[in-house]
Amino acid sequence: MNASTIIFYLLAASIIGGALMAVTSLKIFRSAVFLLFSLVGIAGLYFYLDYEFIGAVQVIVYVGGIVVLIIFSIFLTHGSGEDMKRPHWIRAIFSAVAAAFGCILTMFYISQYTFTTSGKPAIEPNAGNIGAQMLSTTDHGYILPFEVVSILLLAAMIGCIVIAIKVKIPPHEILAEKPEDDSVDESKNSEPLLANTQIEL
Amino acid sequence: MNNIGLFHFLFVSCALFFIGVYGFLTRRNLITMLMSVELILNSVNINFVAFNKFLYADKLDGLFFTIFIITIAAAEAAVAIAIIINLYRNHKTIDVEETDVMKF
Repeated sequence: MNASTIIFYLLAASIIGGALMAVTSLKIFRSAVFLLFSLVGIAGLYFYLDYEFIGAVQVIVYVGGIVVLIIFSIFLTHGSGEDMKRPHWIRAIFSAVAAAFGCILTMFYISQYTFTTSGKPAIEPNAGNIGAQMLSTTDHGYILPFEVVSILLLAAMIGCIVIAIKVKIPPHEILAEKPEDDSVDESKNSEPLLANTQIEL
Repeated sequence: MNNIGLFHFLFVSCALFFIGVYGFLTRRNLITMLMSVELILNSVNINFVAFNKFLYADKLDGLFFTIFIITIAAAEAAVAIAIIINLYRNHKTIDVEETDVMKF
């Protein structure tokens, strides 16, 4: 049991424990904070594997972006400190059984499988190599997915603005809508009144 | 036990995936369901990175898949949160059981 093994098990405990608390905690804000622990543990796992670039991307995008976004939306949609509803016990038990069964089955098949390595010499996964291959137009380059993803991000940004924008109804449209609501109840009286107000305006 | 190999990483990612599945099935709140989806996507990322490290160290393809998954997860989270905020503005709740206006 050397230091590297202990670090791996600490990271794994942080990931699994954080994820378990994130999906079972009844306070939504605590749930988001436990998700943060889990994501930081995953970034630590990438650093453990010597993939610094992916670890940095994980910290920047997930920890710094998505979790902050989730916490903002919790503040916008929830009162502070109120508990969420406990899941119905039948649904909780069946979900737990399904997840445990799937987990055990998958782990069993993984442990039975023998993986074969390519055995070729490793190349350095630094930012220079990653960038050179990502932007290359040769056979193993990733320039086309890179461009497609950039268009997807642009579309997502515009879509977010269009979905979340608050449309303010201009005042003259509110005036024009009002007589329709009133005319159902008192059709005779409202019309001359409205005519008067329009003349005054 | 002493040597951390590919199987350790696969077991961690497998457990993380099914924790996410459990959360997605039990939670009825849109934000916590989104968190469960993030857990599932992260378990896939661990798989790609571990396979790249232990089996195909001569290539970088697993890293590229991880980067693209992280990008798409960020876009997905942003759009989902815009939808959640709009839903909250119209219904004053983000519980999926109570937003059944379009149910026939």
